[in-house]
Parts: sequence; C-alpha cells; structure tokens
Amino acid sequence: MDLRICHLYPDLLNLYGDRGNIVTLIRRAQWRGIGVRLIEARLDDGIDPHASDLYFIGGGEDRQQRLAAPDLRTVKGSALREAAEDGAVVLAVCGGYQLLGHVYRPSDGPDLEGLGLLDLATVHPGPGARRLIGNVVVRDPASGQILVGFENHGGRTRLGSGARPLGTVVAGFGNNGEDRTEGAVWKSVYGTYLHGPLLPKNAWFADRLVEVALRRRHRDATLAPLPDEEEQRAAAAAAARVGAR
Amino acid sequence: MRDVAAIAAARLAAAASRAVRAGGGTTLPGRLAAWVAPGITGRLSGRLPGGVLLVSGTNGKTTTARLLSGILAAAGLRTIHNRAGANLLSGITAALIERSTPAGRPDGEVGLFEVDEFTLPGAVLATRPRVVVLLNLFRDQLDRYGEIDIIAERWRRALAGLPPEAAVVYNADDPMVADVGRAHRGPALSFGLEEAPARGHDARTLEHAADARYCYRCGRLYEYTLVTLGHMGHYRCPQCGTVRPAPQVRARDIRLRGADGSAASVTFDAASLAVDTVLPGLYNVYDVTAAAAAALALGIDPQVIAQGIAETAPAFGRGEHVVIDGRELVFLLAKNPAGFNEVLRTVLLAEPAPVVLVAINDLAADGRDISWLWDVDFEMLRDRARTVVVTGIRADDMALRLKYAGVPSERVTLEHDGWRALEQARGALREGERLYVLPTYTAMLRLRDLLARKGYVSGFWKQ
Repeated sequence: MDLRICHLYPDLLNLYGDRGNIVTLIRRAQWRGIGVRLIEARLDDGIDPHASDLYFIGGGEDRQQRLAAPDLRTVKGSALREAAEDGAVVLAVCGGYQLLGHVYRPSDGPDLEGLGLLDLATVHPGPGARRLIGNVVVRDPASGQILVGFENHGGRTRLGSGARPLGTVVAGFGNNGEDRTEGAVWKSVYGTYLHGPLLPKNAWFADRLVEVALRRRHRDATLAPLPDEEEQRAAAAAAARVGAR
Repeated sequence: MRDVAAIAAARLAAAASRAVRAGGGTTLPGRLAAWVAPGITGRLSGRLPGGVLLVSGTNGKTTTARLLSGILAAAGLRTIHNRAGANLLSGITAALIERSTPAGRPDGEVGLFEVDEFTLPGAVLATRPRVVVLLNLFRDQLDRYGEIDIIAERWRRALAGLPPEAAVVYNADDPMVADVGRAHRGPALSFGLEEAPARGHDARTLEHAADARYCYRCGRLYEYTLVTLGHMGHYRCPQCGTVRPAPQVRARDIRLRGADGSAASVTFDAASLAVDTVLPGLYNVYDVTAAAAAALALGIDPQVIAQGIAETAPAFGRGEHVVIDGRELVFLLAKNPAGFNEVLRTVLLAEPAPVVLVAINDLAADGRDISWLWDVDFEMLRDRARTVVVTGIRADDMALRLKYAGVPSERVTLEHDGWRALEQARGALREGERLYVLPTYTAMLRLRDLLARKGYVSGFWKQ
C-alpha cells in the first residue's frame, strides 16, 4: 500500500508553514509502514490525474496568487478536476482555497478567475478593510471533532449551494466573519482558511484525508491508531489560547 | 511651552513606570508627550546637530543600531538612541525626551533610532533623517501587517518623503529591499556580501524559509549564483534581467567562529577595513556591513569604523553570554524562519553535540501566529543536538514540531515553567559546555527577567 501525494506550487504558494501539512501526511503514513511518493508540480508543470491520490495547494499573497491562478486554470485545471471527480483528495489552504472557487476579487487589480472546483466566491472588500486574523477553532458538525489553527485573510468567502462548510466556527472568523461557516467541502475536495500547519495539530483530520486518499486504490484501507499525545497536547494548548473547549 | 510640560509629564511617567516595576518606561512617556505636545518628536530631533539615522528591517535592527552607536562613540559623537528596542514612534519620542533638558535641548549630537518596518513612513516624517538604513524584509509577524508586499510599498512611500539630501543605505542582496532602494532618487549606498562560508548546505539552493523567490517585476523564479541567508544572495531574473545591483560596500573573507563571533573584510572604493566582532553568525556579518556602510555614508574614517565595531558588545539576547554558577548561557534571539535557521547553523557548529533550550511565545511582539515554526529546518537538530528542552507559551507546538522533525522523544524535554526549563537544560550540560538558549522575543525578555530577579543580569532598559 502506498500514498501518492502531489504538492502544487511548493515554492510559490507556501506562505506560512504550509510545508507542515506535507510533512505530517508523509510521517503519519510512514509511521504505519505505508510508502509515500511525493510529486512537486510547479508553474508550467502538467499533472497526471491518475498519478496521485492527494493533491495539496498552500497559501500565498495576492502577488503569488496572481501568478498561480492562470496556471491552475489552464495547465493543471482539467487534470485536477478529473482527479477530484474520480475521488482523489484535494486539500487547499487559504490562498489556494480561494483559487478553487469561481472567482477571487483581490483588494485591488482585476478579478482572478478560479478553477470553480468548489462552489464559492471570494471578495476582498478593499485595502482599508480589516483582515481576519487570529487563532481559530472550528467544529466538524458530523463528527463533533474540532480543528484548531490560525487564519489571516482579507478575502471574504461565501459558499454556493454546491459546497458545504468544512465546519462551524467556535472561535475566530472563518469564511467571512459573519455566517460562522469555515472552509468548504465537495466530494473529497477540502478548502479551508486554517493556514500553515493545519494537519499536525489536527491529526484526526490528517488521518481522514490519508484514509480517503488510500481508498481510491485500496478499497479496504484502514489506518492503525497512532500514539498522538504531542498532537493532542498542542491542539488543546491552541484551543485554550482562544478560550475554546 | 507645551514641550516643557510634555517633557515633565513624560519624565514623571517614566519614573513611575520604573518605580512600580512595570518595565523600563520606554513607551508610555513618549505617547504621553506626543499627546500633550503634538510634533514634539520633530522639534527635539531637529535640534540634533548631527541629524538623525533610522535603521529598519525585519532582522538586525537592534544590533545594527548598536553597532552604529559604537562607531559614532568611537568617532566622538554622543548618540540619543532607543537602545531598549522600543521602535515605534512613541519609543523614539521617549528616547529623545529622556535625553533632553527640561527646556527641550537634546543632550547629544546624533539621533540613532531603530524603527519598526511598518512605522518607517511616520518616523521619516517625524524626524527628517539624514540617513535611512534598510536591512531586509523577511516574513515576520504577518499577522500584524498582513502581507509583506504592503511593507515594501510603505517603504517606497517613506523614501519619497525624505529630505533631498538624505542618503538611503540599502541591502543589495535582498531583492525586494534592493528594488525599493534603487528606485530612490536621492543619494544611495548599497551593501552586500560577496561570499558566504559553507555551513552544511548548498549555497546555490534556497532554503525552505526563503520568501522572495519570484521576480518582483515579472514573476519568474530568480536564479541564484549564491544564496547567503534566506532569500538573500546573488540573484538574477532570467526573464526580465533584473539583477542584484553590484554593492558599493562589500564584505568578503568572511570567517564565522560559531557563537564566538566572526570576522570579515569590508571594502568600499579603494579602501578596505578588517572588521572583527564578537557578534555571531552570518546575519551579524550583514549587520556589521550595513553599519559600516551607514558610517561611510556619514563620512566616518574606516579605522574608526573598525574600532567601533570591535568594541560593540551584543544587544541583550542577541548573542549575549551570561554566566550562572559557572555555567555559560548564550542567548540567540530567533524570531522568524530564516533567522532561526541561521541561529541553528551557528549553534550546531559546537562540538560536542550541544544542549539547546528553545522558548516559543506567541504574544503580540512575537507574532501571534506560530505557523512559521514549520518553516524552520528543525530537522537539523535530529542528529546534531544532544538534548532539546522546550518551553514558552507555545511549548506544546514546539514539541510537536520536533516530533515531526524526527528528533527522538527521549532527547526532548517539555517544561512549561521557564525557570525549571533553564535548570533542566543546565543539568544536561557537561563540564565546560555552554547552554544555547533560542527564544522568541518575549520569551527572551521573560527568561532574562527570571535571571534578573535572581541577580544574574541587569534589567534590559539599563543596558
């Protein structure tokens, strides 16, 4: 059994600790004896929809997003859509999350057309608008589990009917600071504003992604539990930082 | 008349703040004075016969200003300097007031102020500086500032507000800073490193922490013939041809002596000066070169510059050595990925494998977002650290980071209490070994405060 990960724009959309997510996926697979193959796809690199089970896109500032958006649409778009339709996991964080929607309107300059993989649109209210910054705690309504992280975004995202939120905001801002939704999910495509190292402190979510990704080719894949004391302590400390839990 | 009242009120506030042990009284008095007498900062700094120098950048502000203070002292000039690192406008105002007569006469020739990156436009307007030193722009405290491009834009605006005769001293090795510096219409002086000693990594490859990989003009990936530190080095855009400007002040023959300092030769026109400093690590070679360039811009004699640099001791927590009961502690402030990586490389030069204390806080002055821990190459500690003790408000996050860096759990000790963490780490030392303390900013203040309470060091505001 092996896990095949594709990291999109590793040196362009990598704003703040995004690498922690890749490190976590790799380690948690390896600790269970699951082999890992990592492919990095940069600007101009095409991707193969059948060569990876999990695609990751990190965050970036407006300038980097402007570089990535046309490449995502024209060079990688159809393959990523095909992989997603076929059940591959896509995890997109912050700037990458915005680019999976229909459109991102930056604080100034023209709109960036997104991939439209997630039914959502993002609007930055302008250079004077308050950024949504801080520790954030989100509850997954299905499992009751929580996700902890940090968000820092100017854009306000609103979901259409074709995507459901990843979770409900317990503390922090989430998609837009108003409707208490955070992130978006469609099939196995996940988008979130919990930037940087989302997965290390939310080991249950990392394992869910790994399991879903593995099941694309290994139907009965299940993951053995790991001793996650450090993960749980760090998650509890982060939640306590905003008085949640 | 208002200034007299403002100075009196501010002095009273500073004394009161110290009396109740609230700290050094380095910020509140400035805010109070500016409220009583708006514009007081400009009036006081305008009376400095030698003018004002401003130093800004993500890394190295405090140390570069300190080096300049040493150089100016060697040149016989007395500085008014926000030494304690209060680098917002209020801190600059407070420093001016502390060293002015009740009637508002500054007691010194030159104003020397480190300035927060975001505050630079306001500081330029308030002090009308003679020299502005632009060090570097790293990802740091994005939670406070939003995006790094916004800071570069603010710097461009700041330079546009400079008096026409003012000189800009800028880092040619940092693509974004060089872009800001070379667009300046007035006098400018650039500095850079001509080489970087091998420190266990490929000098042509960017480390993960590097920020500015893509050309600011056209978006292509820069090509590097030399990477010195983070995203800094000898870069060139293969598409639009944007290239590192050849610096006028250049450091070469760089020798690093781990935590014990470094040496280099700095050349300018035909002149060359040999500099030797107790300040450790390549980041401080940048600071030394920047300070030398600023001093050259002021027309100070190269011999005097070298002397001032040699006589400069580290600022608190930035390569500072403290001895406790016969055990030596070396404080190396580490506040962002590129800086932390360089500190790790400096520490890991030690033989045998060292004992390291890492203290991570997430208060406003540290940056509330600690995501950056995942951009630091803590994997370096896997084979090269004997014991790592972690402490601070976000000690749990740090312990988790070490787990995923592959540092075996039996070599990691988690201790939330700062003093007990220091004791544990000291307990792991063998005869003659040093303890390397790698704290974020407020974690450093906290540990130093613990040492001050026990009488091992003096309060930071007294330095």
